[in-house]
Amino acid sequence: MKKFLSMFKKNKATGKRNTYLIMGTIITGLIVIIVLVGLFYTPYSPTKMDSSAKLQGFSFKHIMGTDHMGRDVFSRVVYGSRITLAIATFTVLIGAGLGTIIGAITGYFGGILDEFTMRVVDAMLAFPSILLSLVFVSLFGTGTYQVAIALGISFVPSFARIVRGEVLRCKNMDYVEVARLQGVSDLRIIFVHILPNITGVLVSTIMIGFNNAVLAEAGLSFLGIGSQPPYASLGNMLSDAQSYLFSRPSYVLGIGATIVLMVLGFSFLSEGMKRWK
Amino acid sequence: MGSDKVIQIKNLNVFYKNHKKSPLSKDRKVHVLKGVDLDVYEGEILGLAGESGCGKSTLAKAIVGMNKDFTGEIIQKYQDAQMVFQDPYSSLNPSKKIGWLLAEPLKVDKTKKWTKEEIDAKVKEIIKAIGLTENMLGRYPDQLSGGQRQRVSIGVALMRSPKVLIADEPVSALDVTIQAQILELLQNLHKEYGITILFISHDLRVIYQICDHVAVMRGGIIEEYGAPKEVYKNPKCDYTKELLVSAGIK
Repeated sequence: MKKFLSMFKKNKATGKRNTYLIMGTIITGLIVIIVLVGLFYTPYSPTKMDSSAKLQGFSFKHIMGTDHMGRDVFSRVVYGSRITLAIATFTVLIGAGLGTIIGAITGYFGGILDEFTMRVVDAMLAFPSILLSLVFVSLFGTGTYQVAIALGISFVPSFARIVRGEVLRCKNMDYVEVARLQGVSDLRIIFVHILPNITGVLVSTIMIGFNNAVLAEAGLSFLGIGSQPPYASLGNMLSDAQSYLFSRPSYVLGIGATIVLMVLGFSFLSEGMKRWK
Repeated sequence: MGSDKVIQIKNLNVFYKNHKKSPLSKDRKVHVLKGVDLDVYEGEILGLAGESGCGKSTLAKAIVGMNKDFTGEIIQKYQDAQMVFQDPYSSLNPSKKIGWLLAEPLKVDKTKKWTKEEIDAKVKEIIKAIGLTENMLGRYPDQLSGGQRQRVSIGVALMRSPKVLIADEPVSALDVTIQAQILELLQNLHKEYGITILFISHDLRVIYQICDHVAVMRGGIIEEYGAPKEVYKNPKCDYTKELLVSAGIK
């Protein structure tokens, strides 16, 4: 906690504040707080329709206006952000978890296993990740969890690659030799001795992954797979809103701005963490 | 000095793979050590001298089993040889505290199950033995100086009380005053714990200062062996003479 607070202070060596980290924390924090509050309270029910209040603009009553069915857009954005964030978190957990294990083990042991895994990873990276996720979605079926799993798997290769590179860098250091001499088991060397040294890279990669996950989820929902109506997610709301792009631009604006803010927040966080130390 | 041999090396040949050559060519292996015979006696400090790339470190790595691609025989009386590396900046895990680094060898010890109290006691004993204070235990390696780090490296090697310690250029990365302190530390530990030390260095003066025997290596063979005083007085081969001249002794 002390370490966390110290990031807001000026760096003693350079006399500069880490603006990226501060901005990122504020933006992401704000979104997370709103989403958490939204668990218990939203101004309107996200699914309640009101035919007398269709496609309204911004007002105090509906701060982001209403949609084509008279639902309050802000309430739906809060609800949709929750689902989007949940999917993104799940995706990154699967991607980073599996990716780290695969990357660390193949990088450490090398040899044929490494060659084989890396060629599979290359093959997976050769496809656009959205296409890959589409394939997995068609395998698993549509729905919130399925999308999270599909996206997660399509995120594994890039994590595996990055972790492998870092492990390769660390595994020839003398401290690994020392550990081997003491008879430390290979798995303990990988996960206890090497992994803590690559957390810096891993954390900023996770933040970027979060970013991509938010965008990918929005993209998939926009295409109509992902969480299904009446449940809102940022992507399928955007897809609904695009038919009113010119007649009622404010409808799209609130949703689009939320996605932009979310991505911006995570980008700032990842950039800030890179510059932290 | 006892006359028991702790390590006997007989006709040791070590090869390294040469990755530059094509996989189809016949001599893909580089012959690094060409028939080395060397005895290390119990309780002595044996100095191993020679220029860079002559195979000193290769020999050390073969002894501790880090390189298994060799022919010949290495007979060890005790199977617990530990090693101290040259660069104190890369031989300590930067993400772990000193206390953790010292405790790790005992935590993974397969021959004995150590309780927490025993580990704590041993860590405290060793940190004193290497001339550091207990408040260093909570620090990270990058908060220590080069000399302090090398002390910790030696401490890590000593944790399981090995009978043999191989020090691979332990003072080459340090400046002269710190070198003297580390050498003194090694000598003290040698006296106190009766450890046999194989001391590798390219600096003949350092070897003269602390070693009971010296072996001079060149191009993968041992050219000369004997007590430092005699070797330095009447070097038999030209290479030793050259080394002595370049070290400013002759």
